[in-house]
Amino acid sequence: MRTRRLTAGLTVLFIAALLIFDQAQSEPVNRFQQPATIALGSGQAAGGAHCAALPD
Amino acid sequence: MSTATTPEAGTAPASSLLTRTGLVAGALVLALIVAAFVGARYGLLLLIGLGFGIVLEGFRFGFAGPWRQMITKRDPGGTLAQLLSIALVAIVAIPLLADAGGTLVGARAPVGFAMVGGAFVFGACMQIVMGCGSGTLVNAGSGNPVSLLALPFFAIGSFAGAYHLLWWTELGTLPLIAFDGTSGLVVTLGLLAASAGLLLFLAAPGTRRIPRRLWIAAALLAGLALLNLVVAGQPWGVVYGLGLWAAKGATALGADISASSFWGTPGNMERVSQSLLTDVTSLTNLGIIGGAFLVAVWRSGLGQGLPDLPKRAWVATVIAGFLLGYSSRIAFGCNVGAFFSGISTGSLHGWAWFVAAFGGAFVGVKLRPVLGLEGRR
Repeated sequence: MRTRRLTAGLTVLFIAALLIFDQAQSEPVNRFQQPATIALGSGQAAGGAHCAALPD
Repeated sequence: MSTATTPEAGTAPASSLLTRTGLVAGALVLALIVAAFVGARYGLLLLIGLGFGIVLEGFRFGFAGPWRQMITKRDPGGTLAQLLSIALVAIVAIPLLADAGGTLVGARAPVGFAMVGGAFVFGACMQIVMGCGSGTLVNAGSGNPVSLLALPFFAIGSFAGAYHLLWWTELGTLPLIAFDGTSGLVVTLGLLAASAGLLLFLAAPGTRRIPRRLWIAAALLAGLALLNLVVAGQPWGVVYGLGLWAAKGATALGADISASSFWGTPGNMERVSQSLLTDVTSLTNLGIIGGAFLVAVWRSGLGQGLPDLPKRAWVATVIAGFLLGYSSRIAFGCNVGAFFSGISTGSLHGWAWFVAAFGGAFVGVKLRPVLGLEGRR
């Protein structure tokens, strides 16, 4: 009998494949241009990559 | 947030101490790697996402299931817990947004024809597959095959909905209306209390209570949502990240998305080119899946058999998955981005979404057995 071990394993594979594909396709991360650890009080404007946000 | 398609594996033996230690250590190591190689904020957001997944799966706190309970059994417990959690976030978030000087933004969007229609369709589809925005992620993480199949189509739908978003908003949209400051908080809490009152009025005798586990989950979820807001600068969301995953896939396959009035903007083009590990909603989405997986393994819940569903149920899952993504984009969010985060950060669109999606849920509850998703009899 097939169990959720199969489907949970497929989910893990899906995520792993997504991250590998992403790392291969994306620009390298610039660790010297990172936002502040916490946005509140950082003085940096919020990004707006949210489903409620209209495009700029 | 498991669906009702299969019985719970309540008798499974607990996982070993070694397995549990390995799970927790693995999750922490992953977050540390992200913090070290991508950035401290991103490591924190992955941890917050893991927290969401652990709370949602661990306490069985859901959105689609409680709405179904209210519609079919007039049991409001789970929906009341949702309103409680939203109220707890609002009490902190609405004043915080007023004082944050632009470093924090709310989940605020305009009400419009397409927004309301999208929420209605989303409400129907989340009942068909018994999984909302967060629920699809949680259920996929805990090995639910319906959600696992729905997830990639949810992402494709989210990409397509965002692609066409401005066309839909031009059909007719009100100016953005938000409840700000102290008066906004009073209005929001008043509307939440009125909604809770209506649910209690409609409830069946003996059901007018929130189970203890959901009190705890509501408080924990509110704490995590506030952490998300403070760390990321924006509220908890789901569907932007899923659309971004598909946008990256489309670009890799040679699609030119620069013509899209949504994906072609400089901000979105930059996000498509950057790592998902620098995208707020992608990180929390990955964390939700990981957190749910962790809880499922912790409980030894993966021994549960897979449901025996007819072909039409799988076809319905693919279509409903796509529609979940598409409709949530034109509705400016799902149960998380619009309902939970919209209302808790003072957006009128969150209320419009709630009413429309609950209406759609009545349709979805009727459609689910017709489409074969209740399993073979």
